[in-house]
Formats: sequence, C-alpha cells, structure tokens
Amino acid sequence: MKILVCIKQVPGTAQVEIDEKTGTLKRDGVAAKTNPFDLYAIETALRIRDAAPGGGTVTAVSMGPPQSEKALREAFAMGADDAVLLSDRAFGGADVLMTSYTLAQGIAVLGAFDLVVCGKQTTDGDTAQVGPELAEWLGLPHVANVKSVDKVEAGALEVTADLPYGEVRQRVPTPCLLAVEKDVCEPRLPSYRLRKATAGREIRRIGLSGLRDADPKHYGLSASPTQVKRIFPPPSGSGRTMLEGTAAEQAAALADILEEGKFLR
Amino acid sequence: MNGFATFEDTDLAALRAICGAERVTARDDIGEDFLHDELGDVRGRPDARVRVLSTAEISAVLRHASARRLPVTVRGSGTGLVGGAVPVFGGILLDTSGMTRILELDEKNMTLTVEPGVLLMDVAKYVEERDFFYPPDPGEKTATIGGNISTNAGGMRAVKYGVTRDYVRALEVVLPSGEVLELGGKVAKNSSGYSLKDLIVGSEGTLAVVSKATLRLLPLPKFKISLLVPFKDLASAIETVPSVIRASSIPTAVEFMERDVILAAEKYQGRKFPDRSADAYLLLTFDGASQGEIDLATEAAAETCLAAGASDVFLSDTQERNEAIWSARGAFLEAIKASTTEMDECDVVVPRSRVAEFILFARSIQKKHGIRILSFGHAGDGNLHIYVLRDALGDEAWRAALSGAFDDLYGRARELGGQVSGEHGIGFAKKSYLGRSLPPEQIALMRAVKAAFDPLGILNPGKVVSGGPCRPSERNP
Repeated sequence: MKILVCIKQVPGTAQVEIDEKTGTLKRDGVAAKTNPFDLYAIETALRIRDAAPGGGTVTAVSMGPPQSEKALREAFAMGADDAVLLSDRAFGGADVLMTSYTLAQGIAVLGAFDLVVCGKQTTDGDTAQVGPELAEWLGLPHVANVKSVDKVEAGALEVTADLPYGEVRQRVPTPCLLAVEKDVCEPRLPSYRLRKATAGREIRRIGLSGLRDADPKHYGLSASPTQVKRIFPPPSGSGRTMLEGTAAEQAAALADILEEGKFLR
Repeated sequence: MNGFATFEDTDLAALRAICGAERVTARDDIGEDFLHDELGDVRGRPDARVRVLSTAEISAVLRHASARRLPVTVRGSGTGLVGGAVPVFGGILLDTSGMTRILELDEKNMTLTVEPGVLLMDVAKYVEERDFFYPPDPGEKTATIGGNISTNAGGMRAVKYGVTRDYVRALEVVLPSGEVLELGGKVAKNSSGYSLKDLIVGSEGTLAVVSKATLRLLPLPKFKISLLVPFKDLASAIETVPSVIRASSIPTAVEFMERDVILAAEKYQGRKFPDRSADAYLLLTFDGASQGEIDLATEAAAETCLAAGASDVFLSDTQERNEAIWSARGAFLEAIKASTTEMDECDVVVPRSRVAEFILFARSIQKKHGIRILSFGHAGDGNLHIYVLRDALGDEAWRAALSGAFDDLYGRARELGGQVSGEHGIGFAKKSYLGRSLPPEQIALMRAVKAAFDPLGILNPGKVVSGGPCRPSERNP
C-alpha cells in the first residue's frame, strides 16, 4: 500500500506576528514545529502501512519554504520511508484553495498511490479545508474528522468519522483521502536511532517547473481567490438567542437577524 | 499533658483581638480539610484556626501562645505527606495561606521576595514571565513557598539545580517568643557564623515561623528537550543513570518509570502513553540557553543510553510531546491512588549508585508481606517514592504488612547509606523511622537545637524529633 501523508511546518509558539500587508504569517526567526494535527496523520499512516496486507510505504509531502525540510526529517525519525518537498517562490502566500491545488499538482507527479492522510487542520490557519479540497482536486473519495481507523484491507478501509450529530462508520474504497482528528491515536515520538539512520536520506524537491501546470499565475498569493484583510483576536462574548417555531419560522427569523445585522445584502 | 495549657474562650478573644473575628475560626467551626494533610490518616483538631496576614500578626499570635503555653502548628496549603501541618496536640493552627503577596523582584541581585503563602506555581509563573527561573520543582505546584521551605522540598530538577535550600537567600522568621529575626541576606556568599537560615529550611515549622522569604533566581533557560529512553528492564535502566549524568551536560531531571505505573496512568487519564515497547523507561530532561547546547547534550546522552543497552531514544521537543509524557508522569501518584483502597509512601533517598539495588529490593519484598508495591521517581538524585498499596487487605493485616514493609525498606536504605526522607520531611508519620535511622547523639543534638529556638516546645509539637505521640494508635482523634 502506497500512502502519502501531507504535513506542514507551523510556528512553534502561539505568539506569531502577522504581516499586515499580506495577512500571512511572518515566519522569519520564529521557531517552527510540525503542525500538531499532522503528527496524528503521520502516526495513522504508519499504522495503516504496518497493518496493510503486503506492507507498504509512507511518503511525507510538504509544501513550504526550504526550512520545511526539518518537518520532513522529523517524519523520517517517526518512520516515514520517503519525503517530498514542494517548494517554489511562486507557491508563497497561497490560501486554502491554492495550497490544496499545489499539493494536488505535486501529488499528481508522484505516481500511483492508495491513500492520502492529512491532519484535520493546522494550528496556524485553522481552516480544516485543505484535506477535503485536496481530495476534490484529485477526484478521490474522502472522509474528514476521522476518529478511528477500524479495518485495513486490500482495496478498502473502514473508518469512523466524528460528526456533529454523531459518529459514522464507513467503508471507503482506495485510493481515498482521510483527514484525521486528534483522538485517532497517540503519535509516537521521533526516534534518535531513526533520525541518525536517515540523516543522509534524500528529500525529493519539486518546484514549479516540475508540475504539470507550470504557470506561475496559477499559484501563490496572486492566484488565491481569498485574501486576508486583517487578522485579529475575535471579540469574545456569551450572548445567545434561541429561535423557536417550525424550521421555516426559525429560518425566517434568522434571515431577519442577519439582515438587521447587515450580514446580508 | 506535656504542660500545654487548655485553650479557653479568653484565648479565642485574644486571637480575635489580634486578627479580627472574621479570620479566627473556633474549634467546631473548623472545616474537615484543616484536620489533616494529603497523607490523610494523621488527624488533629485545632482549637482555633487563625488566618494571619502579616508578620506583626504572626508575632502577636506567638507572643500570646508563649505566654499561655498553647501549641501552635503552622499550615500553608496542607499538601504535605507526613502530617507535618496537622495539629496533633490541638491548640492554634496558624494558617499563612493568606499571605500571598509577591513583595519584590530584585533584577540586579536576581532575587524574589515573597510572603510564605505564595503558591509555588505562582512563583514560577511570575518569574518566568520576566525571563527568570526558580528551579525547585516538586510535583505539588499548589504547595506554598512557606511549606516548600519548611520541608526543604526537592523535586524533579534537583539533579542539576539542587533543592529549595539552595535557593533561599534570606528569611524573616518569627521565634515562638514573638521576636522577629532577619536571617541571611541578598548575598551570594556568607561565612558569618552558624547559618541559622539553613537550619530553618527543612525544620518543618518546629523552630520558627517563616514570615518572608528571599529566593534566589537564575536566568530562564529557553531551550529544552526530554528524552524518553526504553530499556528491557528496570535494572538496566537505572544502572545507566550515573554514566548519563556524567556524559556531557547534567540533565535537569532523571526520572524512572515502569510499565505497571504507566498503564495505571493511562487508565487514570484515559490517554495513551506515546510508547509501550518496553518494561522500563528513563525520562531525561535537558535545558540550556541555546539549541546547540541542547543538541550536544541530547547526542551525548542518547549515545550513552544506546551503548548501555537502550533499545532506542525518543525525542520530545515540543509542548504537545512533552505534555503527552509529563502529563502521565504528573498523574502517576493519583493513578496509583486510584488503583487501590489506601496507600502509604516511603520517600527514602539513597546514593545514586545504589538506586537500582534498592528498587529491586523493594520489589522483592512484595511477596514476603503479601502486598503490592509500586515505585517511580527521581533516579538521578536517588530520591525514591515507594508506594505500599493496601488493596483488599483488612485493617489488621494492612497495618502489619505496612509496618513490616516499611521496616524492611528503611532498614535497607540505612544499610545502603541512605536517609529516611529525601523531600517530604519527617513530620509526624516518619518520626519513629528517623529515630531508628540516626544515632542517639544526633537526635539529642537536634533536640538541643529545638530547645534553643523553642524552649517551651509550643511550635509544632509532636513532630520531627520532639516527644509526644508516635505510633498510629496514639494519634489524636
């Protein structure tokens, strides 16, 4: 089974400065770490690999600046077999859609695979959209909010997703994409032995020219349909209004509130 | 009994005149929580609980107590484990937990002056926000600084940084007579006569009441890493410790943990530990001022462990990873408690080179006494926490097994050159073991010191080396 796991390097602390002009994170000089959710993705990928009939490989894929290599080296120290870094100035400043597009383009040149595992979300962007969007670009079935992987077979997986109204256990044919929750497993710690043994292992670098769509206008900040205007801590409050009546009455009341608050035009 | 006066209504009135009626609680109105500490089974009801807020109030209360010959027991958060803050003779419970002011951060002399009721966790937070570091780190973060000073608390970082006594620069103390003394100062060296300050540290409230403390700070180390090292068994893990400590930079902490305790913590927390491949682990922590320093320390320690037979060395360098390990480590005590009906603890300290031997001995006596014994602790400083668990034993069988096991444990510790308590103190519960572990001449000297500070014997009577009840059957109900 060939498994890809998407990981991202994020700031090591919660105190990060935002670039006012671009609305993106200032990464310079900030200690970085692997996105905590992605550790669960790596662990899930490794466990599926080890449980798969006939074994398999885990390839860690990251899109980011050259220093993201550190996150990929850490994936090696956890047991990943291979790593790919999608890095190019043209990819910089990508929003959610462009990030998922770039990952999809990168994955498209890596050859056949059976499974893509993503963490549910990152701790810097927090959108939880990259996984599902990536699946759409790749034309794969996907399950988000995966809280457990229950069965690994040739050609299919059984997983349980944690949804707001309950849990859903489903069988997904491979190839597919899973975005995993934090509860899915306890990630192993990086191994000193493996880190030493993989210190010289090559990490494949793919830039814009290595992709099928090599048009720089299709990537990065300029191609991103969403632009961050301003990032600020949300005002916190505990006000709450309960709407009553039938669904239609509640919807009408909600529409009135949104209109009054100028949320709708 | 013991020449103490009976507590009268007039005493209550006098205390209320000193502190105001709202801060003095009389006998039957005193909550259950104030009759014991975390050990639980040593109990004593005070005649009055007095919540003091200043040195002057402490002094006035003690003057009154001296004049009347009333016993006085000082209490902070009550998180002790040897009954040290339990008023076994009744009398006045002098509660300093309301004295919570941080008085001064002296950045040039790198000291912090605090009142005794400030919690350890508040000290840590206050100084770390300002890039300073107060190294003593006992597991119980809700303990007060006054309590930490009274027991000379140690904690996890003792291997590299030492214990509370190493971080007390100066103390303001109130003698039982009510007289206020300033001991030590904001000085890095001091060869000026006997160090009374150091004598007060660890005296468990039997010599004087600490009313103010000036603590020594260090610059905050910004980088740290924990290494979780799996070994095939406990003996090979612990035998590696001396060479790890010598390998390069000294670890801040060297803890050992066994599978049984880890499983108990997993069950208690409902959270999996990051590794389950081994029967025994060492947990090493290094701190430093730069990443380079940490990397060097990691490599030296990792290579030493691998050469000694460790199957791997796992690296924990982020908050999430440290949480996964240290939250389990932090839950050990509660997890063990939850796994049994009752337990008692032996907090012996032995030379670092004898730790493995001692732990294996502790394990070996389980069968002999028909009792379960679990342990974890500070392999780096030789301070072991050995828990004797009651499980389903009946009253009599439990008492016999416990006392037999403790006799064996303390006896073996003595043979190995160890001491009765590494960090919890003697208090009430370990008095008989102290008496057996030290020669009579030393106990006599300690009693002479006690008499010099407290000629009337009113301060925390019945504790450490003072007379009075000792065996459980004689404990004050």
